[in-house]
Amino acid sequence: MAERQERGMNERIRKLRKLSVETQPHIYMERAVLETEAYQMYEGKVSVPELRALTLKHFFSNKKLYIGDGELIVGEKGDYPQSAPTFPELCCHTLEDMHNMNDRKVVNFTVTEEDLKTQEEKIIPYWTGRSMRERILNSMTEEWREAYAAGIFTEFMEQRGPGHTVGSVKLYEKGYLDYQEDIKAALAQLDFQRDPEALNKRDQLNAMYIACDAIMILGRRYAELAREMAAECADEKRKAELLQIAANCDVVPAHKPQTYYQAIQTYWFTHLAVTTELNPWDAYSPGHFDQHLGPFYERDVEAGILDREQALELMECLWVKFYNQPAPPKVGVTLKESGTYTDFANINTGGVTPEGEDGVNEVSYIILDCMDELQLVQPNSNVQISRKNPRRFLKRACEIARKGWGQPAFYNTEAIIQELMNAGKSLEDARKGGCSGCVETGAFGNEAYILQGYFNLPKVFELTLFNGMDPMTGKQLGPKTGEAKDFKTFDQLWDAYTKQIDYFLDIKVRGSNVIESLYAKYMPVPFLSILTNDCIAKGQDYNAGGARYNTSVIQGVGTGTISDSLAAVKYNVYDNQNFTMEELLAAMKDNFQGHDRILHLVRSKTPKYGNDNDYADGLMKKVFNYFVDNVSARPNMRGGSYRVDMLPTTCHVYFGDVMIASPNGRLAHKPVSEGISPEKGADTNGPTAVIKSCAKMDHLKTGGTLLNQKFTPAVLAGDAGLDHLADLVRTYFDMDGHHIQFNVVGRETLLAAQKNPEEYGDLIVRVAGYSDYFRNLDKPLQDEIIERTEQDFGY
Amino acid sequence: MNRPLVLNIQKYAIHDGAGIRTTVFFKGCPLSCRWCHNPESQRYQRELMFHQDRCAGCGACAGACPHGAALPLDRDACRTCGACVDACVHDAREWAGRPYELGELVRELEKDRMFYDQSGGGVTLSGGEVLAQDMDYIAGLAQRLYEKGISVDVDTCGHVSYERFQRVLPYADTFLYDIKLMDPGEHERYTGVDNRLILENLKRLSADGGRINVRLPLIEGVNAFDRHIQEVIAFLKRENIRIYRVNLLKYHSTGSSKYGKLGRAYDEAGMSVPDEAWLERSREAFLQNGFSNTEIGG
Repeated sequence: MAERQERGMNERIRKLRKLSVETQPHIYMERAVLETEAYQMYEGKVSVPELRALTLKHFFSNKKLYIGDGELIVGEKGDYPQSAPTFPELCCHTLEDMHNMNDRKVVNFTVTEEDLKTQEEKIIPYWTGRSMRERILNSMTEEWREAYAAGIFTEFMEQRGPGHTVGSVKLYEKGYLDYQEDIKAALAQLDFQRDPEALNKRDQLNAMYIACDAIMILGRRYAELAREMAAECADEKRKAELLQIAANCDVVPAHKPQTYYQAIQTYWFTHLAVTTELNPWDAYSPGHFDQHLGPFYERDVEAGILDREQALELMECLWVKFYNQPAPPKVGVTLKESGTYTDFANINTGGVTPEGEDGVNEVSYIILDCMDELQLVQPNSNVQISRKNPRRFLKRACEIARKGWGQPAFYNTEAIIQELMNAGKSLEDARKGGCSGCVETGAFGNEAYILQGYFNLPKVFELTLFNGMDPMTGKQLGPKTGEAKDFKTFDQLWDAYTKQIDYFLDIKVRGSNVIESLYAKYMPVPFLSILTNDCIAKGQDYNAGGARYNTSVIQGVGTGTISDSLAAVKYNVYDNQNFTMEELLAAMKDNFQGHDRILHLVRSKTPKYGNDNDYADGLMKKVFNYFVDNVSARPNMRGGSYRVDMLPTTCHVYFGDVMIASPNGRLAHKPVSEGISPEKGADTNGPTAVIKSCAKMDHLKTGGTLLNQKFTPAVLAGDAGLDHLADLVRTYFDMDGHHIQFNVVGRETLLAAQKNPEEYGDLIVRVAGYSDYFRNLDKPLQDEIIERTEQDFGY
Repeated sequence: MNRPLVLNIQKYAIHDGAGIRTTVFFKGCPLSCRWCHNPESQRYQRELMFHQDRCAGCGACAGACPHGAALPLDRDACRTCGACVDACVHDAREWAGRPYELGELVRELEKDRMFYDQSGGGVTLSGGEVLAQDMDYIAGLAQRLYEKGISVDVDTCGHVSYERFQRVLPYADTFLYDIKLMDPGEHERYTGVDNRLILENLKRLSADGGRINVRLPLIEGVNAFDRHIQEVIAFLKRENIRIYRVNLLKYHSTGSSKYGKLGRAYDEAGMSVPDEAWLERSREAFLQNGFSNTEIGG
């Protein structure tokens, strides 16, 4: 293990990486303190957007800076690698929360006595009653609260901000001085004669202008620090590096980057500003980084100021920077739905250009080499595979995926483009788009596509079978749609299920709309608005509908479990009368104890989703189509509409925990199926059958789907194994599959790692749309990954 | 037309020919190789497999069996009626072999067409011995697949009348052709039949333009020695047999537990896994003799 930690192309990178992976994540209080100061200075005196911008400016003007030994790319969210700032304006942690963060077994953060004192004396007194979390929970209805408590859905924004978005090429075409010119031009256009929104627009644009100042102050301070350090540096080589850093920071972020090196540095400053302005879900991402950097790389190589090795070294420096930033601490249900340090920054390598041509260039391969070398779980380094990409690119990506640590995942460019166009984007904006977070499709640089929460499809079916009552608590949560035993046909049962879905979707969407409005009102993000078209032109905030496209996404969870549960009921109760509804409900309530025959019938003798069997797959389509059609039409509060993703993060574990046994034989409290993958152990016909089943879902109607496949290493061995894997990916994508990812770890290895975590400290596995250290996962999630069907063949 | 029994339809088969394939295993074989790792593929009749490790001893099978033969399983008294299979809720009993309507089988094999097209794969007909089945059925199957543009490989032991080869020759892409032992007596000792028909068919198949992929199962103690390799090479060269590819298949004993499930004994005495370095040297020998497409493994 000690040896494995020493990854990196040279001594510098190995040192930086080692520091990053060996430093314990810890709470960083300075942001909360400076924010509180800023609010005390400005609140009530300026508009809300200006208040937010001035807060960022105050933070960047006063925060402690950090340039680590050997670093070439500079900037930290905190004052050291692995510092996690807190965001009391979103979620003001109680002292108990902070103790819990420190003490919990996984995803913990060191909290010092001094941190607790600061929280108690400075933060809690000011923010109690003001945080978004309190505003949100106080604004929700009783029905919402009960459904939320029962685990029917989750709410993304209750302690992290909207965001879920990605940068475009614009980041490299302009400096922040240029943006200020754009903002001034927009201000000059305001029509105070006729536009009733003119004042709001002015406040918003002023805020964006201040936010530009904020990041430029950060850049200047880093230039100064680097120069000071250079003056005191005895080592000539390091001195030169520090002076180069200073020279870079003289240019960016104020001006547009001139070189490959500066382009990476300007991205990183931007990343820090987006992720400290607020605490947006999925951090921020550079999107088509290879395409953005390609021209800089070519120019610099041509000019003789950069070679491939230097380019790789700078990329590896950036990778470590990403890894230095754990996701800010979460608590409660939000921790359950996303129990990880991973902050979901996501790179899309490959794909097509805005003109629709092959997007792969030399930087694409540099990125693949970088991820292969470093094997870090952040950034989430994935590939977009287009029919136009070279086979070499696909195979190189497969070669890395085969190593078994879960990256890269594969996204289908042609599907993404169709999904985006189906959701109303222009062809060019669609080609510029891709995936972020886990698998979520968005128009990079042009869209606010905000995830609202997971929706527990199997749980709603459970309520349906009990006439709207939650069998876990005995509470009547849904409408009374009829006793299950009275349904004479499957269609009657289905009809009741759809009524329950409608009821809970209405509750969820009403709640989300209120939350969107609260964010628009209290938590604008002027900095992120600068980066996202067309916020400047519209004088409107990202959180208030300023983006060109505004989408709200609800994520359906439990595809495999719900499909197999519907099949279990239809096949056994209605089609073949193998047992009655009463017998099934009794078995579910008893967790199938003493109901061996029923358990055997539903587990072993019933068609299952994931085997290319039309009976079961047809039911998957039925429930998917109902869900997608009834979510997609709904308008949101930002001038856009709702869409569906089919992904779970870690929420399938939580959603299973709140359920009794399900009709398909899944036992009480066990995880439901993840993504669109089959129920664990249900797929017995190999990976092609899984892919066929999954492809029967109309992926193009979604904003992303997630498919996990687990292989044992032997199946993928050799050059032929690589070709077969590439063919598998390519075929799934020809069927319009959206995404596929692989775990290539033997079951024995996982069991051993569970037993002796210390010996497998660096074992990385694919969880949902991201990879994580196996040791950082809760035991139920570890078990779940072990039980996922392994595709191994010995016939 | 007699519908043959199918043991298994293996999708994503990646060791039985080019690309991603689906392999159909038919039940019944004229040979009974000592090292066979699929003993359930040897007999032509449906057989009951009993998985002792899954049995919970609940006695449901005994209650269901009209012959009093279920628990403990008395294979002599068993009439293979299947009552115990239906009664078992632990999947401890299963049938080896089930018939398919030809149309149903074709539909099943067509399902992975997109994978075949992408990878240059297709369907492999295997066994048991596919050419020992009802040839109206098998030739019909091969023809229907061929007409749908799906590549058909035939995995054979070669011990059938040549007319059976001729029935599938127009539709077959490649023949995966086993050579086990060169000495007729030794062949009979280990497989139950001598090898004259097998070698004769190989010559005729080559002369008739069949695309041949020779496969050599290599078992330490049986045929994993230099003389065997030299004899195979000499035979192929002497008879001028045109070979598209040679696979050297390393023996593994994973099938041994299946014998017990069928109520039979497996005698592994004198057989073991051959040495890696020797396999590599054998591959070299083929390469040096002009068989440039020689690989270890399937």
